[in-house]
Amino acid sequence: MNSLEIVQLSITAILANRMRSFLTMLGIVIGVTSVIVLVAVVSGLNSYITTQIQGLGSNLMFVMPGRVGGARSPGGVQANKLTLQDAINLKSKLGDAAEVSPVVQRSATLKFGNKSDKGANVFGTQANYPKLISIKLTEGKFFNQSEADGGRKVVVIGATVKKTLFNDNPAVGQKIDVAGSKYQVVGTVEAKGSTFGMDQDNTIIIPLEAAQKQFGIDRLNTIYISADKPENVKAVQEKATSALKKRLTEDEFSIMTQEQTLSTISQITGVLTVALGGIAAISLLVGGIGIMNIMLVSVTERTREIGLRKALGARPQDIRSQFLIEAITLSGFGGIIGIIVGILFSFLIGAFITTTVTWWSVALSFSFSTLVGIIFGVLPAARAAKLDPITALRYE
Amino acid sequence: MLPVVKLTNINKIYSQGQELSFQALDNVNLTINKGEFIAIIGPSGSGKSTLMNLLGLLDQPTTGTYELDGTDVSSLSENEAAQTRNKKIGFVFQSFNLLPRTKAIDNVALPLIYSNISKEKRLAMAEKELKQVGLETKLNSKPNQLSGGQQQRVAIARSLVTNPEIILADEPTGNLDSKTSSEIMDLFKNLHRQGKTIILITHEENIAKQAKRVIKIKDGKII
Repeated sequence: MNSLEIVQLSITAILANRMRSFLTMLGIVIGVTSVIVLVAVVSGLNSYITTQIQGLGSNLMFVMPGRVGGARSPGGVQANKLTLQDAINLKSKLGDAAEVSPVVQRSATLKFGNKSDKGANVFGTQANYPKLISIKLTEGKFFNQSEADGGRKVVVIGATVKKTLFNDNPAVGQKIDVAGSKYQVVGTVEAKGSTFGMDQDNTIIIPLEAAQKQFGIDRLNTIYISADKPENVKAVQEKATSALKKRLTEDEFSIMTQEQTLSTISQITGVLTVALGGIAAISLLVGGIGIMNIMLVSVTERTREIGLRKALGARPQDIRSQFLIEAITLSGFGGIIGIIVGILFSFLIGAFITTTVTWWSVALSFSFSTLVGIIFGVLPAARAAKLDPITALRYE
Repeated sequence: MLPVVKLTNINKIYSQGQELSFQALDNVNLTINKGEFIAIIGPSGSGKSTLMNLLGLLDQPTTGTYELDGTDVSSLSENEAAQTRNKKIGFVFQSFNLLPRTKAIDNVALPLIYSNISKEKRLAMAEKELKQVGLETKLNSKPNQLSGGQQQRVAIARSLVTNPEIILADEPTGNLDSKTSSEIMDLFKNLHRQGKTIILITHEENIAKQAKRVIKIKDGKII
């Protein structure tokens, strides 16, 4: 009997107990599906963040308070020591080689007339901000240096804010209430969409001075630095580090270039992939135990058949391969169904968040499910092969 | 006449520890010639099942030699015994032992699976044997669609398909009514006329006496 015939035989045996076989396969189906979907979601997250960051331009780097990444990660909350003075130091040190733009961040409630927008993100920055981060305006313009100086209250609003407060009416020239102070709208930013439930457009940008005065902030959340040329990124980072060291210690700030940010993110998503994939793999293991259980039942049920086959000339190895292939067929079919369902689900979820089905997760989960069939099929198959034909033929 | 089965000084002792042992066969000598139709009769516990298991190579004697078709088969390995059963012995059981949900023709072809014969050839051989037992119209019927007598005919066809040296029938009429029983016995007689060697194991006198030779066994001894 060749292996193709044994597979046909297994399919017949599997179809003889449809419901039972289906439920047994379900364990493997769920395992494979969850591996593929979870890996697709995490890979999607990774590629989404990557394109977002790459979209910012490769010249960009971020100065952040405290230590980020590396072996020494912050133990608890560290005091933020980054101030406007650091940004001024950077500017004077870097000169024409880079643009420097400090940023503070808060959230506030916005009001216009009887409409309000709670929990909007407030960015405070300087007029050169659009030189570092590309901003497309649908209306008006970004505030300039003279508008920002002296703490004048002007604001550029995001698409969601515009929609909430003004609907389709023009916003430029109107005054909105930001946490109790009136700001004049000078521009509206084009919609960027939302990322993982976070609305990027529920945002306003106001001048740094105004933000610091109104919210009483003297610390910066981030300083954006953009080198003039991509090949200068490394040199600018070194210069910036030495400029910041005038005031701060090594542990009080970090400068992340885009490359470093990307590698940190891929580290995080890598850990996430292993953790989530591992959890999903456990369900595959549980599915394997289900297969072993049903194969043991099957061996007991078919004791007479095994005895008969042996009497008619089946060698122990013939019986062993018959049951082993049956277990592998069960888990293999479960794996194939799981792959189909997993890819389908990934595309369905893809309608809401970015998902990327990776070929390696498909290959890995399929081979793992087949391996599960082999591992959990060995014991029942060995038990079947060992049966004594005399006893087996007499079995009721 | 050529002897096809030759048992010499066969003893079979089942022992569980030194104190508990049971002699199922006691110095059995038996020669069966090619083409014989022989019945082995004895009450339950007489040792006839043990003898049948030894003859069918499902078990091995404690001492003594068993020559089947001129070859000593007293101490074959498990794999050798399986292959010898496949080629030289045809089994017919009391409870038919057909695979459920499996067509008659596939049931008959089952032993050929283990002799590495191609599927087409297997089915052709099985069809021929089913015609031989008069079931050419039931090739694709499953056991639950057949009567008891028809099921036993399928089982007999299965025992013939490998063209074995001996056919071992263990109480083949035990589960059948008297009319069907005599039909099955007629089939065996017919096979005997064609030159097949048939060994019938039974506890019923009127079944045994239809064979050409009757051997009685009691307490593990041939009498």
